[in-house]
Amino acid sequence: MSIVTVQLGQCGNQIGYEVFNAICNDFHSTHGLCSKKENESYQEACKERFFSEEKTGVPVARAVLVDMEPKVISQTLSIAARSGHWKYDHQSHFCQKQGSGNNWANGYSVHGPRYREVIMNLVQKEAEKCDRLSGFFTVMSMAGGTGSGMGAFVTQCLRDAFPTSFILNQVIWPYGTGEVIVQNYNSVLTLSHLYQSADALLVHENDAIHKICAQLMNIKKISFRDVNQVIAHQLGSVFQPTYSSEGASQYSRSPLGDLMESLVPHPEFKMLGLRNIPQMSENSLAYSTFTWPGLIKHLRQMLIANAKMEEGIDWQVRPPLPGHPVPPKASPSKALHFNTSIANLVVLRGKDVQSVDLGGFRDPALYTSWLNPQEAFKIWKTPRAFNKYEKSASLVSNSQFLLKLMDNIVGKAWNMFASKAYVHQYTKFGIEEEDFLDCFTTLEQVISSYASL
Amino acid sequence: MVPSTPSLAVGRACVSLTRTASGTREAGLSEARFGVGGASPSPVGGGGAAARAPLVTATMTQSVVVQVGQCGNQIGCRFWDLALREHAAVNKKGIYDEALSSFFRNVDTRNGGDGADIHKGKIFSLKARALLIDMEEGVVNEILQGPLRDVFDSKQLITDVSGSGNNWAVGHKLYGYQYREHIVEKLRRTAEHCDCLQCFFVIHSMGGGTGSGLGTFVLNVLEDEFPEVYRFVTSVYPSGEDDVITSPYNSVLAMKELNEHADCVLPIENESLFSIVSKIHQMTSSGKLGSTVKQNSLLTSSAGSIKTEQEKPFDAMNNIVANLLLNLTSSARFEGSLNMDLNEISMNLVPFPRLHYLVSSLTPLYTLADVNVPSRRLDQMFSDAFSKDHQLIQADPKHSLYLACALLVRGNVQVSDLRRNIERLKPSLHFVSWNQEGWKTGLCSVPPVGHSHSLLALANNTCVKPTFTELKDRFMKLYKKKAHLHHYLHVDGMEQSCFSEAISSLSDLIEEYNQLDATKSAPRTYPSRLKIAM
Repeated sequence: MSIVTVQLGQCGNQIGYEVFNAICNDFHSTHGLCSKKENESYQEACKERFFSEEKTGVPVARAVLVDMEPKVISQTLSIAARSGHWKYDHQSHFCQKQGSGNNWANGYSVHGPRYREVIMNLVQKEAEKCDRLSGFFTVMSMAGGTGSGMGAFVTQCLRDAFPTSFILNQVIWPYGTGEVIVQNYNSVLTLSHLYQSADALLVHENDAIHKICAQLMNIKKISFRDVNQVIAHQLGSVFQPTYSSEGASQYSRSPLGDLMESLVPHPEFKMLGLRNIPQMSENSLAYSTFTWPGLIKHLRQMLIANAKMEEGIDWQVRPPLPGHPVPPKASPSKALHFNTSIANLVVLRGKDVQSVDLGGFRDPALYTSWLNPQEAFKIWKTPRAFNKYEKSASLVSNSQFLLKLMDNIVGKAWNMFASKAYVHQYTKFGIEEEDFLDCFTTLEQVISSYASL
Repeated sequence: MVPSTPSLAVGRACVSLTRTASGTREAGLSEARFGVGGASPSPVGGGGAAARAPLVTATMTQSVVVQVGQCGNQIGCRFWDLALREHAAVNKKGIYDEALSSFFRNVDTRNGGDGADIHKGKIFSLKARALLIDMEEGVVNEILQGPLRDVFDSKQLITDVSGSGNNWAVGHKLYGYQYREHIVEKLRRTAEHCDCLQCFFVIHSMGGGTGSGLGTFVLNVLEDEFPEVYRFVTSVYPSGEDDVITSPYNSVLAMKELNEHADCVLPIENESLFSIVSKIHQMTSSGKLGSTVKQNSLLTSSAGSIKTEQEKPFDAMNNIVANLLLNLTSSARFEGSLNMDLNEISMNLVPFPRLHYLVSSLTPLYTLADVNVPSRRLDQMFSDAFSKDHQLIQADPKHSLYLACALLVRGNVQVSDLRRNIERLKPSLHFVSWNQEGWKTGLCSVPPVGHSHSLLALANNTCVKPTFTELKDRFMKLYKKKAHLHHYLHVDGMEQSCFSEAISSLSDLIEEYNQLDATKSAPRTYPSRLKIAM
């Protein structure tokens, strides 16, 4: 089953390109470390999932590119085509002349409705190219105007037009010290709206990825391209083909469905975080070896201590012992030591995946009591190595990972809202103060829910 | 900018200049710069490397420059010269591209006169998307006889002969009324040539009569006729020692218009431009910079191959302002990893409708010889942007309160350089309590000519207040004595209430800044969050 990707705004299009590129590179990888048959299965599954065939034989990404100004899409289409290994369908894009001006209201209330039909036609066309549609993957930032505002609107339209398909929003959390001054408003408006239409939100934080680039990848002069490539790698590590159950003989046909089923048991809890290890520069990779016990141990502690990467993990944090009462966590602003999970998914790729012991992840102490531990934890795996990493482990977690982030961003937005700064820019396009209040309420609710886990 | 000789008489001696008839048609400046054109331009699309069909059909937006008055036109002239130079430096093939179309039309002038617009293919003749307005002929005529003559359409001018006598009322009420229809008609024409008009840039001075009075009249017209199009105004404010005695009246009357009708105002003070230029001259002559200062610096225009007999005294100062506009629009014209469009500038830097005055600073102001500038030099660029020596008005943003700040970086600068410098500089800057991390950033890959990178900082900062309070004081000095008032009230449509409303508008604005400044020292209280019943 196939996934159709909708790339929204500058960020969405820049990242979307890197994702398809990473997937395509992995597809062609000669370091699969598995049998030829296995590799062929993998490639077939990958192709079906992300690419359609064209007469020329060059795989065409199953994607719709949307932006309100033309520069980025124009660049994206041409770099992809130049690679020779894959391309976009050049009809499958929509852009206008003038951007959204970082104004969520402009993206949502003006551009969205105005171009709804055209965009949904493009999406429909892509959907029809699929033999079977697994669902949609949208890529957007929260800080700007198009990805955020128009992205929220498009997600709603997707939900209306495809009520039974899965929708996963890949959302980029902006740098804390700002890329856009009204980013907190735009983020609050986006999150609260996406919550109504999406099945889940998968979050990547610019600050965290930036640190990975600096400390793990050893990049001196980090560009957005570097950041985007790490994100692409992380996404690829989850969404490339895997066997999603013990004893499965075929690569999973329905990755989005499996994901939602495993991780989103309750519509109030849709915030997913992603961790991937190991991450390092290509040079270092040649000299490193990893053991699965080591990787799993680190990944588990990253989950427990809410670490963003495999360096600087706080090993002091422990899950509460059975029988001992969980200390009350009254407010999210108090230092949350232990990260409670609702459900987790670990994806393993590469050498010796069959022998990996994941008992540590089944510890009931990690989870809330709603699901029994067997249901709360799922594993996807494949012996086929990913993107030059001999062993690669990823964690997708529905837990308190994003609690502090959400609390911070709502706090900052609220602080600005109290002074009414910039609100006139939104009311100009039809987003009133009551709309803001509704969004704040929605998010405070989500924060409360996660805090009380 | 030399202030006009003090004269309050409304009528002035006519200055008539006849245009010298041009004989054979020489290649215009745009053609010379781009190495195309001349006697017979090659047919579009024929032979050679065909232009690749564009992958997207949507084009970028366009902007129109409206230059009013002596000062406005002199700055405008520098802007067009530098814009051509900038595009010629990146556009090697002489193809009329999206970036060029933001400020220039491509016109087939083979059959003389104003031909049709050519949207694709080779550059024929570039015409500026501009309207030149002046109530005297001197400056505009000079432009039309100079090397830029072919860049301007003869129909894009509105001139008169008598001037405004440094009288805002004459500019605004008299000439405004007289020329309104003309102005609207010419604006419509320029707008029609635009596929998607996004912004008007008005350039003028505040202290005189035409730029100040007629310039703000045009601002009103722009709002009435093109309400959806942004209005960015570059205003040159008079200094305390301005020889035009009535400059405070003119400026305050103009301020009311800026308060009410501009989306963003970039105030400029000649004193600042002068200090910057002097400092550079000092450094070059003292040999401190030695051979590291290239000819292609921001200050000189000689690298653009305009060979004037002697460089005009204020060209260097005006170049700075022209560069401000180029850098402001660079991300809208060229690609980058984090684009910043003009509508984003207004969105992020204007938290409340009237607080739309942005203090600008530009670095570097001279070229470094090194192409691959190490991080430390880059960091110096960021530090400079916040020093009071680099501001284009007499202000010290570091000691006042930031409401918002935008950094537009050009060249080989990456997000990590941006982040590192923001982290480094943040602690020494005071941001308003509700916008502690109020940064808007943009990265444009194309550097300006002669530099490997550059930075334009735009700050919405309360340090702009002294400029306004001083203006108010100077106004009140005259107004209390009713000095020269009769020259204004004589003009049809001008009443005492115009003055009282104007000063009231300015006072209100100053009060808004005062209130914000008061919060600087107040203890920080965070508003309590919404409580959710579980």
